[in-house]
Amino acid sequence: MSGFSALFYKELLRFWKVVVQTVVAPVVTALLYLLIFSHVLEAHVEVYPGVSYTSFLVPGLVMMSMLQNAFSNSSSSLIQSKMQGNIVFVLLPPLSYLEFFLAYLGAAILRGLIVGLGVWAVTLWYAPFQLPHPVWLLAYALLACAIMAAVGIVAGIWAEKYDQLAAFQNFLILPLTFLSGVFYSIHSLPPFWQAVSRVNPVFYLIDGFRYAFVGQSDTDPGLGLLVAGACFVAISALTLMLLKSGYKLRH
Amino acid sequence: MSQATPAIHVDDLRKRFRTTQALDGVSLDILPGEFFGLLGPNGAGKTTLISILAGLTRADAGQATIMGHDVVRDYRQARRALGVVPQELVYDPFFNVRETLRIQSGYFGLKHNDGWIDEIMHHLDLAQHADKNTQSLSGGMKRRLLVAQALVHKPPVIVLDEPTAGVDVDLRRSLWEFISRLNREGHTILLTTHYLEEAEALCGRIAMLKSGRVVACDTTRNLLQLTNEHCAQLRLDRDDVPVAWQDRLLRDAEGSWRINFSEYLELETLLADLRVTGVRVTEMHLQEPDLEDVFTDIMKRT
Ligand SMILES: Nc1ncnc2c1ncn2[C@@H]1O[C@H](COP(=O)(O)OP(=O)(O)O)[C@@H](O)[C@H]1O
Ligand SMILES: [Mg+2]
Repeated sequence: MSGFSALFYKELLRFWKVVVQTVVAPVVTALLYLLIFSHVLEAHVEVYPGVSYTSFLVPGLVMMSMLQNAFSNSSSSLIQSKMQGNIVFVLLPPLSYLEFFLAYLGAAILRGLIVGLGVWAVTLWYAPFQLPHPVWLLAYALLACAIMAAVGIVAGIWAEKYDQLAAFQNFLILPLTFLSGVFYSIHSLPPFWQAVSRVNPVFYLIDGFRYAFVGQSDTDPGLGLLVAGACFVAISALTLMLLKSGYKLRH
Repeated sequence: MSQATPAIHVDDLRKRFRTTQALDGVSLDILPGEFFGLLGPNGAGKTTLISILAGLTRADAGQATIMGHDVVRDYRQARRALGVVPQELVYDPFFNVRETLRIQSGYFGLKHNDGWIDEIMHHLDLAQHADKNTQSLSGGMKRRLLVAQALVHKPPVIVLDEPTAGVDVDLRRSLWEFISRLNREGHTILLTTHYLEEAEALCGRIAMLKSGRVVACDTTRNLLQLTNEHCAQLRLDRDDVPVAWQDRLLRDAEGSWRINFSEYLELETLLADLRVTGVRVTEMHLQEPDLEDVFTDIMKRT
């Protein structure tokens, strides 16, 4: 698997060289969300009894940042390589489609986790440290990053131009993350929107991840993990199928 | 068996892109150690053929092997045996020259390749640019980096797709010296180029491609003999050429006379007739047929 490690290393080096853009900027963005929303809502909203709004918001923001950055890493790396043409550098060597998948996946997961850790670290100034269920946290963080990393690979392979990728991001990823209970509990929604939220896989990721932090959630975190696991298996199978067939990469 | 295994074997390859039949049944065998030229006008299918060998494109029908390894079924061995310099001037702007070469080595499973990387950088005059970001390299430098990348795994078969397009004369010469050396050391070279004099000077064998078909394939020497159209350009002190030659001699704008001939005997006869007539030759230039003539001829005829 040494071809894999070279591609993995290259993907890490790629985002690490522009760390301000790929890690610092998303952390600052999350911090701004935290400052604005908790300033406006802290005094008025208590989602779960005994949990301050800021403490409620932090896990949602950490998860949202991880999701967006894991997606962004694999998708933008692929589209850039395709647009520039240097994708041939990884298509010419004897890399298997599995190695290709795991390398892009692994690097995107790592970027997601680093950004998540960064967001969490800066929020510690505003919300007290608490982590009743660290194993759930790890499981949800990994699965969530893995799902979005794989979705990013699919998007990066499918998109032929930057604006197609932007459309994918704006019309799919962004609504899914915003309509998932980052900023509110879905129990505060009208029944119809509650039902809609429950078919959004991102909702389960946020809800279960929040359980790890505050010990309370809208649904059973075990069910959420099952949903997340199923999503990951499905999206991975699709990605591997596309890669194996050479879809849009080997004409 | 190993004696008979061609470095590149291509059998009845076909590839269609929507409305274009890019390859229409191409068969070729290139033996180990050959310096082989693939010529053809733009759109003839050269890059498509190379892309199929490299696994970048999948053929609709037919078979291709590199050192006996099928490019689809045994793609790992086939790609390990093949180094490709792509036609497009591509680079990854995130990395410098040395990083690019180390990463490329890694893709082939080579961890400790710095000795060889230093050697190729030296031969391609890249050593002093090792720490430069690829984005800041000149076009010629980027091209040499592509050559270096194709060589990191010491492939027995090297394919260069128009490697000298847009490269200045000095660089072209040093590039060819290096490639010729690799060829002498046993590497098989497949080259496409627009510069026919390069192909004539370097390639032992040449195939010509037109609209996805091989229209000629032979040794360079044999191809050059296909056209024995020599041309002589004469200046004469008087204009009254012998009557028998008036149809053959063509007057050009500067007042010189041109004659196309295939046998030197014809030229001898002309000179003798001129002497008999009392016309003196004041200047004479001979133009030997070159690959350009053969190429033009074949492309017109087929
Ligand atoms: N990816 C592609 N999609 C559509 N048509 C293509 C593609 N690649 C090549 N072609 C067409 O196939 C023909 C052969 O192209 P190519 O192999 O690049 O020729 P050459 O390298 O000899 O100039 C051309 O008509 C070209 O337009
Ligand atoms: Mg071409």
